[in-house]
Amino acid sequence: MIRDFLDSLSESVERLGDTIRFLVRILAQVPSALLRPQLIFDQVYNAGALSLVIIMLSGLFVGMVLGLQGYDLLQRFGSEDALGTAAAIGLVRELGPVVTALLFAGRAGTALASEIGLMRATDQLSAMEMMAVDPVRRVVVPRFLGGVIAMPLLAAIFSMIGIYGAQLVGVQFMHVDSGSFWSQMQASVDLRDVNEGIVKSVVFGIACSLIAVYQGFHAEPTAEGVGTATTRTVVTSAVIVLFLDYLITAFFLK
Amino acid sequence: MRKSRALNLGTGLFVLLGFAALFFLTTQTTSHGLSFRSEPYYVVTAKFRDIGDLKVGAPVSMAGVQVGRVAGIGFDSQDFKAVVTMRIDDKFNQIPTDSSANIYTQGLLGGQYIGLSPGGAETYLKNHSEITFTNSALVLEKLIGQFLANFNKSSTTPGSTGGQPK
Repeated sequence: MIRDFLDSLSESVERLGDTIRFLVRILAQVPSALLRPQLIFDQVYNAGALSLVIIMLSGLFVGMVLGLQGYDLLQRFGSEDALGTAAAIGLVRELGPVVTALLFAGRAGTALASEIGLMRATDQLSAMEMMAVDPVRRVVVPRFLGGVIAMPLLAAIFSMIGIYGAQLVGVQFMHVDSGSFWSQMQASVDLRDVNEGIVKSVVFGIACSLIAVYQGFHAEPTAEGVGTATTRTVVTSAVIVLFLDYLITAFFLK
Repeated sequence: MRKSRALNLGTGLFVLLGFAALFFLTTQTTSHGLSFRSEPYYVVTAKFRDIGDLKVGAPVSMAGVQVGRVAGIGFDSQDFKAVVTMRIDDKFNQIPTDSSANIYTQGLLGGQYIGLSPGGAETYLKNHSEITFTNSALVLEKLIGQFLANFNKSSTTPGSTGGQPK
């Protein structure tokens, strides 16, 4: 049993190393992939524009819940005017990037992994290699870059909609004063808080896109293999995102 | 070709919306507003015996109007006082030199800020001048300590003279 455990441990370390090597391989191909920007635009559309609806709806509801919970908590201390601050800091620093990354892994990451995995299973990638087209440059890098570009923008949209959701519940339903909602937020939210959110969303974008393309590219060329790759994408992305989230948060706290 | 144009349009709209959201987050949720360059300011220092938990970035206000911010907090090892550096906006360049600086608390549990009370002098504070009249922060623990000390004194004094059990 201990040997099983050690085996699986060494296997995951191996996979980690392989993923990093894959990242290096992708990065080496980025300059030549930039020569064909249309491929990247298509992927920004796939990963970003098509995820807009789920991101905006989730942002609205997360913001509304935050408004409701925040109001209930803060009014016990008689400081419901701080609702704007609480909602904005919570969304910009934490919930925006993290929830967006989780949704992104579920919406765009799985699509990427299964698409590339299916290309592998139907020998399209081998066909490209035969035609002397590097599948990493032609297929993987544009998808990776598209995800990296889309993720921070999605997170920003999520936070913005979320703040309006919190404002909707707090100001319209619970009658927190609109002036103090916004002015307290502006007085206490710092540019550092926004920076933290942006750094997080960029890092999560890189992590989620990398995991998705790696899992798809290295999927077993069977129907089952594609399914496994898709599942692994979501599971690994979620764990990695939450782990990185802790690291970045700790880094940004003085 | 038409499909690719619609696709580019969608991508472009998405990117625009994303940057609009980023712009919203940086300008509307923070106090930085639209002014990316900082206003001209001048620097004034003041020495306090105790600054409580005044922080860098705390507002400096006069009659409730914010005139500047705390730019730095240092320690003077000569007379064991805290040296607070304040940036005052150039707009407010007519603060008398004998004004006093006090540390107040915003609300019951709020952060601390510096309130300036104007004096009557004809000369005004300039860059690198020092405010000499200062009042320290009101530290709640000290206040409670004093109160308790007084309370004990006043309750034990009459008790010790009159209420002795025989």
